[in-house]
Amino acid sequence: MLALVSPALLVILALIVLPVGWLVWQSIYHDGFTLENYRRIVTEDIYWRSFALTFEISLLVTVLALLLGYPVAYLANAVPRGWSVLILALVVLPFWTSVLVRAYAWLALLQRTGVINQFLRYLDVIGEPLALVHNTFGTVVATVHILLPFMVLPLYATMQKIPGDLMQAGASLGAGPTHAFLRIFLPLSLPGVLAGCTMVFVLCLGFYITPELLGGGRTVMVSMLVSRNVELYNQFGAASAVAVVLLLSVLAIFFVVSRFISLDRVLGQK
Amino acid sequence: MRTISPGRIALIATCALVLIFLILPVLIIVPISFSSARFLTFPPPSLSLRWYQQFFSNPAWMQATRVTLTVAIFTVIIATPLGVAAAYAISQSKLRIMRFVHMTLLLPLVVPIIITAVGIYFVYVRVGLVATMPGLVLANVMLGLPYVVISVLAGLQSFDPAQEMVARSLGMNRLRSFFAVTLPQIKSSVMTGGIFAFISAMDETIIALFISGGQYQPLTKRMFTALRDEIDPTIAAISTLMTAASFMLVLVASARQKKAG
Repeated sequence: MLALVSPALLVILALIVLPVGWLVWQSIYHDGFTLENYRRIVTEDIYWRSFALTFEISLLVTVLALLLGYPVAYLANAVPRGWSVLILALVVLPFWTSVLVRAYAWLALLQRTGVINQFLRYLDVIGEPLALVHNTFGTVVATVHILLPFMVLPLYATMQKIPGDLMQAGASLGAGPTHAFLRIFLPLSLPGVLAGCTMVFVLCLGFYITPELLGGGRTVMVSMLVSRNVELYNQFGAASAVAVVLLLSVLAIFFVVSRFISLDRVLGQK
Repeated sequence: MRTISPGRIALIATCALVLIFLILPVLIIVPISFSSARFLTFPPPSLSLRWYQQFFSNPAWMQATRVTLTVAIFTVIIATPLGVAAAYAISQSKLRIMRFVHMTLLLPLVVPIIITAVGIYFVYVRVGLVATMPGLVLANVMLGLPYVVISVLAGLQSFDPAQEMVARSLGMNRLRSFFAVTLPQIKSSVMTGGIFAFISAMDETIIALFISGGQYQPLTKRMFTALRDEIDPTIAAISTLMTAASFMLVLVASARQKKAG
C-alpha cells in the first residue's frame, strides 16, 4: 500500500515540502546563521505595516463575505430543491472561473472609464469618475467576490445538517421566527461560520493576484512583499523570511481552528 | 394560504443582489469581448469579432495557448493515476501512517500559493527547471493531486471493498480485480478529479509567473503581464473562451456525478 502512495507523496515532498524547507533554510542562513531577515520584519516600517494591512484587509473581507454569504446559504437551505440547485450553481460557477479572469472583469467594471463609472455618469449621479480601483477598495471588492463561494459552501453544508423540525419545535413552544432563529438555528450553524471564515481569512492572507492588479501599487499585501523581494530586489533571504512568517500565521490559525472543528470540514470544499 | 412576510422578502432581495454581484462580473466580459471599440465602452457601439481575430492571429497568444493546453493535458495524464493510486491506498490500508499521508497530500490546499511559488522557483533555479515544460507540468501535477485524491476518496467511500475480495477469491490478482471491479464503479469520481485537475492547471497563474519564461509561458502569465500594462480587449476574448471551457468541463463533471449518484 505504501508503494501505491509513494509516487504522489514524492511529488508533494519534492514540490511543497522541499521548497518550503528551502525557504526556511534561506531565511536563517546566509554565510552563517543569522536572524537579520526576521529582525527586519519587526523593525522596518514597510514590513510590519504590510503585515498589519494584510490582516486588516483579510478581516474586512471575511466579515463582508460572512454578511453576504450567510443569507445566501440560509435561503439555499430553506427553499425547495430546484431553487437551491439554481442558487448553488450561481455560487459555484464563478468559483470555476479563473481568478485572473475575474480580476480582469473587476478592472473592466471599476476603472475610471469602466462600466460602473460610465453608467453613473450617464445617470448624471456623478460629474467626475470615481476612483473605484487601483486602491484598497477595488482590492477588497474583487477579493470578496473571489472568496465568497468559500464562505457559502461550508455554511450551506452545515445548515443542511440542522434538522428542520427543531425550528418547528421551537415555534410550537412559543418562539417567534426571530427568536427561534437566534436561539436555535444560528448557534447550530456556527461550525459552518467558523469553517467558512477560516478558509476565507487564510486564503486572503496569501492572496496575490487581486492586490497586485487592482491595488494600484499602494495596497502592498504580504504576498507582494514576497514577490517584490524576489523579482525586483533579489532579496531572497528577506522574501523567504516573510514567506515563513506568513506560513506560520496560516498554520497557527489552522491549528487553533482544528481544536474546535474538524479540518476536513474546512478543506473539504472545492 | 401562506402570506410572505416582509422579512422573507428582504431575505430574497438581499440574496438576489448577492447572486448578481457573484455572476455579473463573470458575464460582463462576454459583451466586452464582442465589442468593436478599441477602448472599453459599455454597451458596445457595435458587435465585432476583431478581438477574437486578434487572438487567433497572434503567434505569441497562440504559442501561449499551446503551452496551456499541453501543460493541462499532461497534468491530467500524470496527476490522475497518481491520485487514484494514493486515494485507493489511503482508503484500503489500515496503517496508522496513512492518516498522515492523507494530510500531506492535501498540503497544496493549505500552504498559500505565493509561498509554494517562490519556494519552487528557488528549487527550480538550482536544478535547471525554470522556463521549461517539465517544470510547469510537475508544479501543476502537485497542485492537481489534492483534487483527484479528494474526489476519488469520496467515490471510494460508497464502494464496498468486499466486492474486490470476492473477485480475488475467484482467482483475480489484486491489480486485475482493481481494474475489473473497483475502477468501473468509481469511474465518475476519477473523471471529476481529472477534470478539476485540468481546470486548475488551465487557470494556474502565480507559480507560472515565477517559473515560466521564454517560449514556455502559459496564457495566464501572458494575460497577467498584459493586464499590468493596459487593458486590451483581446484579454476579454481570451477570458470568455477560458470561462466557456471551464463551464463546459464543470457541466460534464456534474452530469457524470448525477448519473453516478
